[in-house]
Amino acid sequence: MVVLRILRYNPAKDERPTFRNYEIGPTAGMTILDALIHIKENMDPSLTFRRSCRSAICGSCALTANGKNLLACNTQLSALKKKRIVLEPLPGFQILRDLAVDWEPFFDKYRAIKPYLITKSAPPAKERIQSPDIRKRYDDAAKCIMCSACTSSCPVMWTDDSYLGPAALTKVWRFVADDRDEATEERLSMVSNEKGVWRCHTIFRCSESCPKDIDTAGCLEFLRKKVVWYSLRGRV
Amino acid sequence: MKKHDVIVVGGGLAGLRAAWKVSDFADTAVVSKIHPLRSHTGAAQGGIAASLGNATPDSWEEHMFDTVKGSDYLGDQDVIEVLVKEAPQTIYELEHLGVAFSRTEEGKIAQRAFGGHTKPRACYAADWTGHTLLHTVYEQCVPKKIKFYDEWFALSVAVQDGVCRGIVALEIPTGRIEIFHSKSVIITTGGYGRAFKITSNALANTGDGLNLALGAGLPLEDMEFVQFHPTGLYRHGILLTEGARGEGGYLINRTGERFMKRYAPEKMELAPRDVISRAEQTEMDEGKGIDGKDFVYLDLRHLGAAKILEALPQTRDLAMSFAGVDPIKNPIPIQPTAHYSMGGIPTTIAGQVIMDEKNTPVAGLYAAGECACVSMHGANRLGTNSLLDAAMFGKRAAESAIEYLKGAEHQPFPEEVCESAKEKVRRLRVANGPESAPKLRHELQETMTQKCGIFRDEERLDECLAKIRELQDRFQRIGIGDRSLTFNTEIIEALETQNLLEFSEIIVYGAIARRESRGAHWRVDYPKRDDQNWLKHTMAFKKEGKIELRYKDVTITKFPPKERGY
Repeated sequence: MVVLRILRYNPAKDERPTFRNYEIGPTAGMTILDALIHIKENMDPSLTFRRSCRSAICGSCALTANGKNLLACNTQLSALKKKRIVLEPLPGFQILRDLAVDWEPFFDKYRAIKPYLITKSAPPAKERIQSPDIRKRYDDAAKCIMCSACTSSCPVMWTDDSYLGPAALTKVWRFVADDRDEATEERLSMVSNEKGVWRCHTIFRCSESCPKDIDTAGCLEFLRKKVVWYSLRGRV
Repeated sequence: MKKHDVIVVGGGLAGLRAAWKVSDFADTAVVSKIHPLRSHTGAAQGGIAASLGNATPDSWEEHMFDTVKGSDYLGDQDVIEVLVKEAPQTIYELEHLGVAFSRTEEGKIAQRAFGGHTKPRACYAADWTGHTLLHTVYEQCVPKKIKFYDEWFALSVAVQDGVCRGIVALEIPTGRIEIFHSKSVIITTGGYGRAFKITSNALANTGDGLNLALGAGLPLEDMEFVQFHPTGLYRHGILLTEGARGEGGYLINRTGERFMKRYAPEKMELAPRDVISRAEQTEMDEGKGIDGKDFVYLDLRHLGAAKILEALPQTRDLAMSFAGVDPIKNPIPIQPTAHYSMGGIPTTIAGQVIMDEKNTPVAGLYAAGECACVSMHGANRLGTNSLLDAAMFGKRAAESAIEYLKGAEHQPFPEEVCESAKEKVRRLRVANGPESAPKLRHELQETMTQKCGIFRDEERLDECLAKIRELQDRFQRIGIGDRSLTFNTEIIEALETQNLLEFSEIIVYGAIARRESRGAHWRVDYPKRDDQNWLKHTMAFKKEGKIELRYKDVTITKFPPKERGY
């Protein structure tokens, strides 16, 4: 048996968030998401959470389990090695209901950094040529599923709303590292300030919490190096 | 009331491509029940097809023949020809938008082998091709003027006098129901795999768009054709890409035999999906599953760690997270899993929804991607043709809408469509019967997998139909525990269950009628393809609770049907 202690909050009727306990078992082979679905279908239909692909690619089900940000769908209950598991919505966001948070501020930052390939030259008739080495340089960053586990785990983000945060900055690196993109200087200028790369305190919680094993802090470090290099030459 | 020129329902690859295109010409909104980046396009793994010839020389003619043969000659050849001819240009356009394709040594888009394709023409990004396509196209929508209504659930589409007038949708976070008045609607809501218990599909893939069409009195086409993918992770159904076999993976049974040599001696593990899924099921039925159970092995060990880590990283992660198996060291337990919906909302080659078997179009209404049936996949889709379908026909539907909008005005929105949508939700909000929607859904999924799966026969299909009707009846007596208007996912799931129950009846009804075996529809009591009587598309209408089947000819241009062997 495992006790799931879940933070419940419906802002339309509850004064404040409160924990409720759900005892379930047997739990062999069960993921956190399986457990949430089990509770919703059999114990409490009002339990609210987001989910879709249940295979760690859609980014819907990020939450906090025993203090760690992760995806509910690819985390086995047994991997948490506890009989009592505390589930909370991602920190740093407003709660819409229970485990579902308001992602608008997160996506505002995503939109703010121009998260799309910018090209100025006309495209060739066929594909643009890109070496496998360059492709490898942004492989990690392009794998990001925008689940927000990293940004929500960042203590700087908790205290400073204006900080772009690791997910948005990793997206900036994804385009800076891609030699098809022709807006490097614009991008580096955009992040060379106290809302961008210089606000990161290299706490590494982002890299620690990424469910896709992306070294987000490493991406920020690459970005910082680029910013410095371009600054030294007066290009940023 | 919201007002736009075009409403795109659904935010996956087809929907985003449509919105991306049409928004340069018209006031565009995307209405999606989940954030577009959560769409199931992102779970597509192996690749997107085009005869670029980057690996070996290739041609659109070969791509066309492979697709026609793969479809078991049910695919419309005029549609297939357009698709394969335009495929290379579509891939180049996607590459120019920023898709992170893997590269050859000389820097071109890398291509790998895939089931049913005679040439390596799957353009890929490791094994997360769908992910990069979805994210790239969404990214390119950011600078466009597109209004996104995320987490709005579409309840109805309004069609009156053959003209589309908009939709009614429910805002999930608040429970508010609103009219979206528009000149045009493009439905891109994805597939219907969640009608089955073992499926690769997301929990969100409940085929809601099909019910939008049915609710507007429109037919559905070829619904009985459901593809079972041969490599779903055992017990979970989660997709492990065909690219794993494209890279050289083996399928083995309990004796360690590569059993495909007895079913498809030439193509072996790269035969089309219907052929391999039947082979696996036959092995299991004969007790040759691993330990006599309902699974066989996908063996990648001989590929070596470097190859697996470079080309199949997600496959390895999925096997480790969900089955506790590292494919570098051990074979992966797999079973067939309901994967792709060949059937759907019938459209013309231009993406326009049609209202009958005579191809009469509905003005202003379009559909594209997996929810549509255009039909290029016929009775069995080839891997990597679906991303191509979504990317291309999403854009084509938008181009048709752009033409239509030049002369179109907002037509009055029929109030009764909104009233009946509101009434449907209101009934659920106060429902206090003894039945539970999740339980009905599980019973449906169990029944569909058992009785309308890889091997079908009249007796089991009849039982399946009776069961679905019983479940529809019991749905009238469900209870809802959550009375809140705020983010009420219990109500949304009940609406989805209602949708599943509606169109599953049509899947089974069509399967009973079709007394032949073609592509993914295999009748053990009629094990031969019957071109004399069944070389035709099913068009299912539902009027006043009764299903009526009519049929439509298949378009054959270059390749007359012949026997299909691999």
